[in-house]
Parts: sequence; C-alpha cells; structure tokens
Amino acid sequence: MRHVLSALVQNQPGVLAHISGMLASRGFNIDSLAVGETEQHDMSRMTFVINAADNVCDQVRKQLDKIVTVVRVDDISAENFVERDLMLLKVSCSGAKRAEIFQLVESFRGRVVDIQHENVMIEVSGTEGKVEAFVDLMRPYGIIELARTGRIALTRGAVKPRDDE
Amino acid sequence: MADARTPAPTAEKMNGADILVQSLIRHGVEVVFAYPGGASMPIHQSLTRVADKVRTILPRHEQGGGFMAHGYARTTGKAGVCFSTSGPGATNFVTCIADAKMDSVPMIAITGQVSTAVLGNDAFQETPMVEICRGITKHHYLVTRTEDITRVMAEAFHIAETGRPGPVLIDMPKDVQVKSIVPNWDVPLNLPGYKPTRRPKRAELEPILQAIRASKKPVIYAGGGVTHSGGADALTKFAISTGIPVALTLHGIGNFPADHYLCLQMLGMHGTVYSNYAVNDADLLLAFGVRFDDRVTGKLSEFAKHGKIVHIDIDQSEIHKNKLAHIPVHGDLRLALEDLNAMMKEPAYVDLTSGGRYTDWLRQVDEWREQEPMKFTDVGGGRMNQQFVIKRLHEILKERGQLDKTILSTGVGQHQMFAAQYFPFTKPRKWVTSGGLGTMGFGLPAAMGAQVAHPDNLCIDIDGDGSFLMNIQELACCYTEKIPAKVLLLNNQHLGMVVQWEDRFFASNRGHTYLGAGSDNDPYPDFVTIAKGFGVGAKTISEKKDLDAALIEMIESPGAFVLDVHVPHQEHVLPMIPSGATVKDIIKA
Repeated sequence: MRHVLSALVQNQPGVLAHISGMLASRGFNIDSLAVGETEQHDMSRMTFVINAADNVCDQVRKQLDKIVTVVRVDDISAENFVERDLMLLKVSCSGAKRAEIFQLVESFRGRVVDIQHENVMIEVSGTEGKVEAFVDLMRPYGIIELARTGRIALTRGAVKPRDDE
Repeated sequence: MADARTPAPTAEKMNGADILVQSLIRHGVEVVFAYPGGASMPIHQSLTRVADKVRTILPRHEQGGGFMAHGYARTTGKAGVCFSTSGPGATNFVTCIADAKMDSVPMIAITGQVSTAVLGNDAFQETPMVEICRGITKHHYLVTRTEDITRVMAEAFHIAETGRPGPVLIDMPKDVQVKSIVPNWDVPLNLPGYKPTRRPKRAELEPILQAIRASKKPVIYAGGGVTHSGGADALTKFAISTGIPVALTLHGIGNFPADHYLCLQMLGMHGTVYSNYAVNDADLLLAFGVRFDDRVTGKLSEFAKHGKIVHIDIDQSEIHKNKLAHIPVHGDLRLALEDLNAMMKEPAYVDLTSGGRYTDWLRQVDEWREQEPMKFTDVGGGRMNQQFVIKRLHEILKERGQLDKTILSTGVGQHQMFAAQYFPFTKPRKWVTSGGLGTMGFGLPAAMGAQVAHPDNLCIDIDGDGSFLMNIQELACCYTEKIPAKVLLLNNQHLGMVVQWEDRFFASNRGHTYLGAGSDNDPYPDFVTIAKGFGVGAKTISEKKDLDAALIEMIESPGAFVLDVHVPHQEHVLPMIPSGATVKDIIKA
C-alpha cells in the first residue's frame, strides 16, 4: 500500500545523511523523498512516499521517530491531505510543434518557462499521477532532460497533536 | 548527577578542552578511559589539571579503553566515558560503539578530530567519524564551535543515559579544544524531538491483566530492558505474586534470582530445554524489555506461535519489529511493572495473585525440568571441562560468601555460553557480556572497567584463548593502574564455538579454527610467560585435582591474575537450537 509520511526534523547538517543511511541500511525502499525548510528556519519538513506493506511502513515511521533530530513523524496516508510534485521538463520543440505542445501545457495548468529555437522548458506541478501523465504525453516529442522535486504534502486543517501524550 | 546549571565560580575564559573536562565533572564523572594522540592532546593536558577529581586510566589500545567504559557503564548504569585521538585512534572505537548500540549501553566516546580549517581535506589522521558512526550511535556530534561544548555535553549525557540507553559520539576538532571563551553553563538543551521515556497508561495495562486472567500457561520472557529500567525488583515481585515462570535472555540474567523455583534460566539457542519448551507451549508470552533477537527466537514464524504475545518496551521501534505483539505497550518497563503490581492489589484483580492458578502448568514445567536438566559429563582422565571449572568457581565463591560481591565478564564463544549456563546469578549488573554484537576481546577490558567502578568487588573475566588474545595488552594497564581484575582462561587451543559448528554442520573440517602450534607441542602461546612479562600473576593447570587450589589462589591474589586452565576442545555447548531452527530441532547431546 502507498504511504505518505511527513516528518518535521531539526535543520542541521547531517540529518538527511542520517535518515537516508538508516533507510538504506535497514533495507527500506523509498519512492520519493523531499526536504525543505519550514516557516521556522531551524526546522525542515521531509515528505516520504513508500510503497510497502503496512507493517514495513510502521517500522519506517518508528525508526525515523527514534532519530534524535527527528521531531515528529506522521503517517498522513489515511488523512485528508494535499500532495504536490513540481517538475521541470525540457522537450524538443521546433517552431512547428509549439502550438500543439503549448496547448497540452495549458490543459495541465503548466507554464512554459523557457523557449529556445529547438526546445522549450515546461513547469508542471500536481499529484504524482498528473505529473506522470504529462511526462507520458511529452515522450513522443523527445524529452531532453527532466527534474522533479519529489512529493511534498500537508494535511488540511488544524495540526493534530502528537499521538504520544 | 551534579547540577549542570550551577553557575561557574568565575566568569573566566577557558579553552574548549577545559570546558569539556569541567562538563564531565559537572555530570559526576569520576573516571575516564583515555588514550592520547595529536588531535586530543589539549584534552589530556586539561585532564592532568583535574587529576584529583577525575581519574584518567590509560589503556593500551583504544578498543581496550572503549570496553573498559562498557564494564563501567554496564555495572553502574551511568555513562562510561572514553577518549581517543582522531583517525586510527577514533576508528579503534568503532567496535565499542557498535557493541554499545546493540546492547543499549550508555557510553560517551569523545574523539579528537583535525582542526575545522582542514576538515574534509584528508588531513593527517583524519577520518569522518560522524559519517562512519551514524548507524551505530544513538546520537553523534561534530562540534564545530567551542561555544557549543557545554550544550553538547549536557545533551550527550541526557541522551546516553535516558530512555533506551546507547552510545553518543562527540567528535572534537583540535581548534575547538584550543579556543578560549567564557563558557555559558546555563545553556538549555536543544532536543525538541527527543522523548526518552513514557509511563504506560492504565488503559494500556488493563488488557495485560485480563490476558493473564484468561491464560492457563503463561511465561515471562525478560531481557536487558529490565536491567536498564532498574526493574529487577518489580519483575521479581510480579513473577512471584502471580506465580508465572520466568525465562531470561543472555542480558536478562540476574534480573530474576536463578535459585528461585519459578526461574527457567536462559532461553534461546543455548538456553535450557525446559525454558524453550515452556515458551513454545505457552498460551501467553509476557515479553518484557526484549527484542525478539534471532538467538532467542530461532525461526521467527515458529516462535511462541501458540500464544498471545504481550510486549512492553521503552523503544517503540522494537514493538512489532520481529514479531507482532497482540498487546503492545510502549513505555518504561519498571514503571509498567510497578503499576501492574499496584493494580493487582485492587479488588478487581486480586484473584491474579491469590496463588494456585497455574498448578497444572507448573507441574508440566517441572516434568520438563526433571526430564531435561542442564547436564554435562565429566571428561575423565584427571582432566576437566569448561562446565566443571565454572561450576566449581561458583561453588567456591558461594562457600566463601563472596557471590554478592562478584562480577563476571566474558569474551565471546563457548566459554561465554558455559558461564551463562553454569554460573547462576541472583542480582542484575553482575554479569557483563557482549551479547548483540558478540565481540571477542570484550572480557578483560570489561572486567577492568567493572573493577574500577567497584573496587570492593571481585571482577573475573571468564575468557577463551581466542578472545583473551584480542585485548591481552590491557594486562599492562591492569599492572600500571593497579586494577586487580582476574582472568579465568578456559584454554582449549581452538575457536571453540566455530569448532562446534564445524563438528555439527561441516563434518569437523577445521577452517582455521586451531590456535595452537601443533599437537606435539605444549599449548601455545605460553600465557603464564606473557602475564609475567606484564608483571601480572599467573598459573597454568591441566589437572582437575589442581583446580580448587588454583581458583582460590586467583581469588585471593591481591593484584591482577591470569589462571590458564587447559580444557578439551571436543566439548560442545548444549543444548543447542541450530540457527534459524525451532524448538523441535533442539540438540540435547
């Protein structure tokens, strides 16, 4: 089953290395991992997407929680949350194809962020499924390079108190 | 622990090394195990200035110092502190740190590091210690500012000693040790994510009592978590008042008196037949402070599969890790047991302690115990085997009334298992052994660390000839520091446990497990001559008739002593459940 874990971690050198090392040495496969600073400059939020059995995911959550610099971890899969993935994609695009490609970008509510003679760079954001659908649509034109942030997510509404106490 | 918030007597400038050493004093540290080198010299200079407050013991190898810190920590419950320089000195700590992680030992390892200006440039004796040790520490620091030392030290002690204890690495670049500042002793901890302890709620404990009420065949499976939580008394009370028998892990030994009727002794690979039968047949397994290690469970899917499992542990990640618990409780074990004991005094639960609840079950356990007792056959021919030596050691210490002031440590292998099987303990923190990591060479330095912490105790390393040789250099430290630890060496000229596996699973083909110099020569090396070279008393015996006198000579020796006892290598540790097998596959002879 697909799980989304959201972790608040101390923004210190080595925290990401610690977490990724733990995941690798315990043999946990992570589909997506995104990190960024939060509104508090000393805290970062990490979002993990894991496709694994529930008991494996439970272990991942607990092992993360055990790391001293990890402040809290929530499995938000069962909650009402918003998930986004930001992609930059460079695709071959001669003048003749521009209108066609631009229309697809429009339909995906993406943006063209750079135009060259032979290619364009496109920004698309959304859920994993939407972003991947767009990648599939672009393949026939010839994708030159692609970069994605990985998935980030937040639950809707008020923040739940921690389950422990 | 001294109050870390006491203001400094004067607001004078101090260098980082002095701040570090003052922090140790403020945290109540009385002894450190420290081997110097280029990148830790300022710390050693500072230690010379506080020699009246902190004893600095100079091991002869950093690993020796690290395991002395283990011996100190495992017998006191307080963090053991050890120092090394950068690079090779620091990497010599890696095994000690990994061992402390596996066995939940509070330890603070402080390593020198090259100056921050050259950090990451492959400087002389530079290794990225924090990178190396991330996965084997409870927490780790690379201190880049002298201003951070007071906070890091306060956090390190807090993290090492609370919750599930563990090792903390502090990597200290040389310039951080040298820079002078006015220290701030009143700095708050910055650990927003560290929630070390928890008292289980009543609603979480009630299902345990209901499960006990429904059970006809309960067994307690108790481990090292009992020691760490200080829960031995609460466990003993719980087991005796409910009448539930107790099986102990290698690290659980001592938390329930071995001479009590309800004690099933050790379980697992080399545990008693009856403890393994009881766990296998139980309809309720009360797992207290354990981690369902493979050396206990064998094949996981077959382990305790007939019963409900209650699992109480301070480390949430241990619950459901290897085995799904039907009643999982996250929290401090001593508090949980004390609360359970209190609840059983209430009218609603008083039936659980009214006695006679498990008559049929205990009769069954008695039957197993009578049919399959721990046993060994004397080797004959005037010689003696390992089991006999350990049994005699226990009997002699008992006759002399010294058991309450005896601490044993071990190396790793057959002698370790024989000691666990044939030396019954009645108190925790008297038995020091490398369980999870299984580090050969652990025994001598661990006994020394225990001896330093308990000068009035008799600290004996029961060792094998393979293990002993791995940290034998610490005999020099015994001599120069006047640490009167003893070594009872069960010398069979082989790596006995590997030989046993060769005999059982590899048609006795010897894969480099013979340590001697040829069967037509005397046993090799000559441990008595080695000990004499270190200035340590020693004796060799091969005949059973000499054992008692030699043991007494060792016990009564005022200084360190090596008693080299020649034993056969054909002896096997039994019973044995082969790795990954089940109780049905138990080898009894």
